[in-house]
Amino acid sequence: VTDSQPDGQPSSVPSRAPSHLREVLERGEFAVTAEIGPPRGASVSAIRRKARLLRDWVDAANITDNQSAVVRLASWAGCLVVLEEGLEPVMQLQCRDRNRIALQSDLLGAAAMKIPNVLMLTGDHPRFGDHPDARGVFDMDSLQLIWTARTMRLQRTLLSGRELKPAPDWFVGAVENPFAPPYEWRAERLGKKVAAGAEFCQTQFIYDVDIFRKFMQRVRDFGFDQRCFVLAGVGPIKSLRGLEFMRSEVPGMYVPDSIVQRLRGVPADRVADEGMQVCSDIIAEVKEIPGVAGVHVMAVSWEEAIPEILERAGLKPRQRTGEPVAQGS
Amino acid sequence: MAPCKTRLSAMPSLTDLPRPFRPRTSARAMIAMHSVLDRNALWYGVAVFLQKVPLLYQAFTFAERVVKARLFGCRMCGQCALPATAYACPMSCPKQLRNGPCGGVGTDGSCEVYPGMRCVWLMAWERAADADHIGDLRRLQRPIDQRKWGQSSWVNYWHGDDEGLWTEDDLLSAPPLLQTTHR
Repeated sequence: VTDSQPDGQPSSVPSRAPSHLREVLERGEFAVTAEIGPPRGASVSAIRRKARLLRDWVDAANITDNQSAVVRLASWAGCLVVLEEGLEPVMQLQCRDRNRIALQSDLLGAAAMKIPNVLMLTGDHPRFGDHPDARGVFDMDSLQLIWTARTMRLQRTLLSGRELKPAPDWFVGAVENPFAPPYEWRAERLGKKVAAGAEFCQTQFIYDVDIFRKFMQRVRDFGFDQRCFVLAGVGPIKSLRGLEFMRSEVPGMYVPDSIVQRLRGVPADRVADEGMQVCSDIIAEVKEIPGVAGVHVMAVSWEEAIPEILERAGLKPRQRTGEPVAQGS
Repeated sequence: MAPCKTRLSAMPSLTDLPRPFRPRTSARAMIAMHSVLDRNALWYGVAVFLQKVPLLYQAFTFAERVVKARLFGCRMCGQCALPATAYACPMSCPKQLRNGPCGGVGTDGSCEVYPGMRCVWLMAWERAADADHIGDLRRLQRPIDQRKWGQSSWVNYWHGDDEGLWTEDDLLSAPPLLQTTHR
């Protein structure tokens, strides 16, 4: 995967952000990322605790951005704390809460504060959150935001055409959901984001490996896996209540009956353990699918489970070649 | 939650929140119609003339709105994407996505925000497949100019203001970089 696509743009390519995640992926190692949800409250101690828990097990951690349209501590603030703890962050940035002015401003802030990875998405509709009375901004969509980031990196300008000195750089990520119709289009939709500038992609939770396998087949047919690292999204289900919530309340989530039966088939006090095992089994399965460059583990409010899930899936603690990116001084 | 009524008084206003709209005409018919309304010297002249005469421009814009509201649930963004979406309006998506469906489409094809309605991008996909125009959906749609709400998109189109609104349908070449403000 190269960074400097021929564009007929200024020939000097900006120096690439020192992203450990990018290095791991470019070396061809199976990458592991996880998700950290910031707290509701003005303290970062929970983020510190989760970062310490995960730093030996993952290459980078996503800090979510008001996920599910519920207000949480800002993603950029969480990213700075994670950096301090010696773990590399992926800053999530969504279009629901910001117009193109604020989005570009936050992207510049991330680059300046040495947040090396950004993941851009459209964002859940306000209707699903704790402020359903809020206006959704949606000034741009996720693809247009990725395109904007590419413009800022390669053309070294804002959308206004104004020059950026110095130009920013990030390892640019996108998301895709292989489990929502139209299924035949999802690989191409990822391809549009790759064309717009996405270098890695994390998928929605995988519970149906067959559908994901078909998605990856199409991704390979188009050759998108050669131009974008695909990280398979997975996550444990902790309880039957959590299962029902995922099936009925979370948009774009598909949990097949086989998983439901596995979780319902064990005694109540063993559901969490079985949920971890299901997740580990899925990791082991998707790891063998050609074109899958890593996994992204989303254990919502259950980050403690991640090390054991990874261990059960046969993944080892991470070997770091050097110290993670130092905090900018 | 009910679909927009066809009465004039029930036309979507610019302040209505967007909701999916099932187009009242086939993509094939509209693709044929587009060849009549395609840009040429005559339509360019019409556009220049309309822009010079405010009353005529207003009357024309109102007529455009009536027709397009009835057929497509048009909300008058002023920079029409319909020719590249098999004539299903992306501005009727609650997130106003111009580049395809979000990840929240239900397994039954429903919109995540209005579960009783079909995702407008799923309709676009089906209509494009039906009209053999899937390639159109590969085009990258650049961010819209929010100042153009309420303007006549036909006049803007004939006048050439919409140039570069979307890219070629080749996914494997890098798109031009963006500059939007001065368009």
